[in-house]
Amino acid sequence: MCTSIIEIAPAEGMAKRGDSWFPLTQSVVAYDHARHALLGDVITLDFFNTNLGPDARAAVELTLESAKELRAALDRAIAAADYEEAEVRGKRTVLKLVHTA
Amino acid sequence: MSFYRGMTCENVTITGDGGTPITAYVAKPSGPGPFPGVVLIHHLPGWSELYIESTRRFAHHGYMAICANLYERAGEGHPDDVAAKVRAEGGISDAQMVGDTAAAVKWMRAQPNLNGKVGLIGSCSGGRHAFIYACQRNDVDAVVELWGGRVVMGKDELNAKTPVAPIDMTAGLKAPLLGLFGNDDRAPSPEQVDQHEAELKKHGKNYEFHRYDGAGHGFFYWHRPLYRPEQAMDGWAKIFDFFGRTIGK
Repeated sequence: MCTSIIEIAPAEGMAKRGDSWFPLTQSVVAYDHARHALLGDVITLDFFNTNLGPDARAAVELTLESAKELRAALDRAIAAADYEEAEVRGKRTVLKLVHTA
Repeated sequence: MSFYRGMTCENVTITGDGGTPITAYVAKPSGPGPFPGVVLIHHLPGWSELYIESTRRFAHHGYMAICANLYERAGEGHPDDVAAKVRAEGGISDAQMVGDTAAAVKWMRAQPNLNGKVGLIGSCSGGRHAFIYACQRNDVDAVVELWGGRVVMGKDELNAKTPVAPIDMTAGLKAPLLGLFGNDDRAPSPEQVDQHEAELKKHGKNYEFHRYDGAGHGFFYWHRPLYRPEQAMDGWAKIFDFFGRTIGK
């Protein structure tokens, strides 16, 4: 790759390709030349099952700005989910009073 | 002969690096020849339709051409998915690429209607690979490097798959080199192309570089927004002129 920017994380879940879903083993984030989006370099997200063939893949190409928006949305959703998990599952949480003007 | 030459295209199996069978797409012009040969090294997006079309383009211009699938070991599937898998694996090793490309060169040299000359061409990672191959092997007569990325590499970029920066292989280059680059490219950047050229000069190599204003990375790719028709057509003319002079006769 011409950029060498690539990050790999294990993944548990499922992704959709066509009409069917497949289990995931890996998420790959790269910054590389767009293959499909009519853009130059893009953030690419690939969700794979490395135990299946190369077509066990769900892929996205995003502009850098879109990727930042996605990251922020993920952060917000994950923070809310963490809070929800703690509440629903009865884990100890320390609630803080928030003072507003 | 009519203006448009016919051709025959097919997939062949060649014995790649480590004895692994890999598939290669070949295009042969109609007629008895003899024809010069061109070996294409595909780019990072894989054994893509662009490269299959480019293989036929050379046949249309009177060259036998072959393009091996360097990503075959990653499994079967759409070249796009296979290329994404290879990307996740950190790319292919330079050594494996040399072994696979040697098999394509060997196939070409075994063709009875070859004129005895073989050229090598690649773009992007394939441009880098073409340069590496021509520095390490002595069985090609001309090489075209199209905007090869990571010819110049920092020590922190070197790893088991890419243990030596291509620029440090320059002394080994035997064949004449044509390089085409876009001045708006970031990989390789104009500064990196300067370093690449300085090293070629230092070693007294036979090379010609053409650097285009108003063009970035991949300006030949007609399906991408980076396509620049004027620079691309001038670039193709330079390629056919170069191959005509070096392997055409």
